[in-house]
Amino acid sequence: MSVIVRAKALRRLFDVSKPWLNRVVEREPKAFLTAVADVDFEIEEGSVYALVGESGSGKSTIGKMVVGLTSATDGTIEIDGIAITGNDQKAKISEARQKLQMIFQDPYASLNPRWKVRDIIAEPAKLRGLEIKGLPERLLQQVGLSPEDADKYPHEFSGGQRQRICIARALSSEPKVIVCDEPTSALDVSVQSQVLNLMSDLQEQLGLTYLFISHDLTVVEHMADKIGVLYLGALVEEAPKETLFASPLHPYTRMLFDAAPRLDGFGREIDVPKGEIPDPINPPPGCSFHPRCPLATSLCKTVRPQMRLIGDTRVSCHHV
Amino acid sequence: MSFFVVVSLIMGAIFAPLLAPYDPFDPATLNLMNGFTGPLTPNQFTQDVFVLGTDDQGRDVLSTILFGMRISLFVGFSAVFLAMILGVILGLLAGYIGGWLDAVIMRVADVQLTFPSILVAMLIFGIAKGVTPAEFRDQVAIWVLILAIGLSDWVQFARVVRGATLVERQKEYVQAAQLIGRANLAVMLKHILPNVLNPVLVIATISLALAIIAEATLSFLGVGAPPTKPSLGTLIRIGQEYMFSGEWWILFFPAITLLALALSINLLGDWLRDALNPRLR
Repeated sequence: MSVIVRAKALRRLFDVSKPWLNRVVEREPKAFLTAVADVDFEIEEGSVYALVGESGSGKSTIGKMVVGLTSATDGTIEIDGIAITGNDQKAKISEARQKLQMIFQDPYASLNPRWKVRDIIAEPAKLRGLEIKGLPERLLQQVGLSPEDADKYPHEFSGGQRQRICIARALSSEPKVIVCDEPTSALDVSVQSQVLNLMSDLQEQLGLTYLFISHDLTVVEHMADKIGVLYLGALVEEAPKETLFASPLHPYTRMLFDAAPRLDGFGREIDVPKGEIPDPINPPPGCSFHPRCPLATSLCKTVRPQMRLIGDTRVSCHHV
Repeated sequence: MSFFVVVSLIMGAIFAPLLAPYDPFDPATLNLMNGFTGPLTPNQFTQDVFVLGTDDQGRDVLSTILFGMRISLFVGFSAVFLAMILGVILGLLAGYIGGWLDAVIMRVADVQLTFPSILVAMLIFGIAKGVTPAEFRDQVAIWVLILAIGLSDWVQFARVVRGATLVERQKEYVQAAQLIGRANLAVMLKHILPNVLNPVLVIATISLALAIIAEATLSFLGVGAPPTKPSLGTLIRIGQEYMFSGEWWILFFPAITLLALALSINLLGDWLRDALNPRLR
């Protein structure tokens, strides 16, 4: 198995400063929001890598950086060994980016309402110069819709059907890696599993690699091979699915598992997660999780923990 | 109803050469003795009858209205078309590219909004009059009029298109097009433009009425269509000279035509706005 996506020391800042005049008058420095802070990960070809975390943990930003919708402030992303974050060798970068596709969260906003489904699905293939005759019909069948749907407009479909069209569009440029940004969180639970199963089947048939972004642990358990847990833009724990679900090491991961609703959990006392995710403009010093951590000591308040390898888990905590 | 009025007026303008009983621009057919004939009353010298009367030159008012409407509608449509093209392009660029380009375009628009548009049009008209030689002035007057009204009207198109573009740009279908490497121009024209056109059509209809009125105002003020090619505004200007001397029809019929045209186009615009608004359907 070879590594197809490699992110190194990935960092993304957003300028959230007040307008120039306000800063001068109020004597405030420029303010930056750290959405992604020094994230490293590798995704093996043909596997599903899931990023989980609360809202604002930077998971969508990472997905957008991987497909090139947002530029990285620092660090590199390599696709098949080609760095796509630099500025040199534009031709090589665009060739590497052709291996990428994305499935978006909101199926109601991700299809152009004025385009026929046929044109929507064919567009990525057309741009790559692939043969598009009969392609939309074939892809529609592959995602479980009928070929006649090609001549309809997106508003004639339900949310689940639209997400299937999005999957067909993503497949049309024959990508190797698909970034799935919460692909089912806008769908009904009954439709979610159908779409997830379809995505699993396609992944196996076509040998695809998924970067699967979600906040839903049950969905992640169903889909992922390897899971990375994000907290305030930083990876706090990364492990194969079985290891992570059997023995979560980081206190934040444990907190997430305790908070997740479970079918066998009726009558169980739920430990409600304490506190909110801190302000990413002024992150706490040391370990960014220490204000909410039950294990926090004075060490955690001053020294930022490094990633350590324990078994096949990578974790950044002083206390494991 | 408004649709019917608009269509019949436009048809009347288009087929003016067939419908009009006289050619008001052919001096050979004019008889000065027919001047100041009242509507539906036989002329005292020639016994000729004119449905809506004649003006001081003996021109049939009905015919001048039909031909005048041609000029008015032509100027109106062309000016709105110009304003629409200009406004949509600038609005798309401002909304999609953003940054300093957005700032420059929208500040220019804001500055222009602080002047009454008729003033902007008169300014453009004045400059154009200064730079064209006297013998061409009558020929280019119509085109200058179109340019003047068009350039004074683009702002509202640009504002609406910019606003709609800002909304569409955030949607994920635009990101889907960007990530496969679509060029900015293609994203703007193929993805965003079709989705911002609805409000543009509504504004275009309402602007059409305003442009026709602006043209009439300019012509009434004597800076628009020349008397040799009179538009409705020119006719009203000619007519108001006789308002207090009893020849009311020279003013009244062009004025009522202008009113009907502008009002019905406005109502049509309102109807179009409701029809295109999915929430009201």
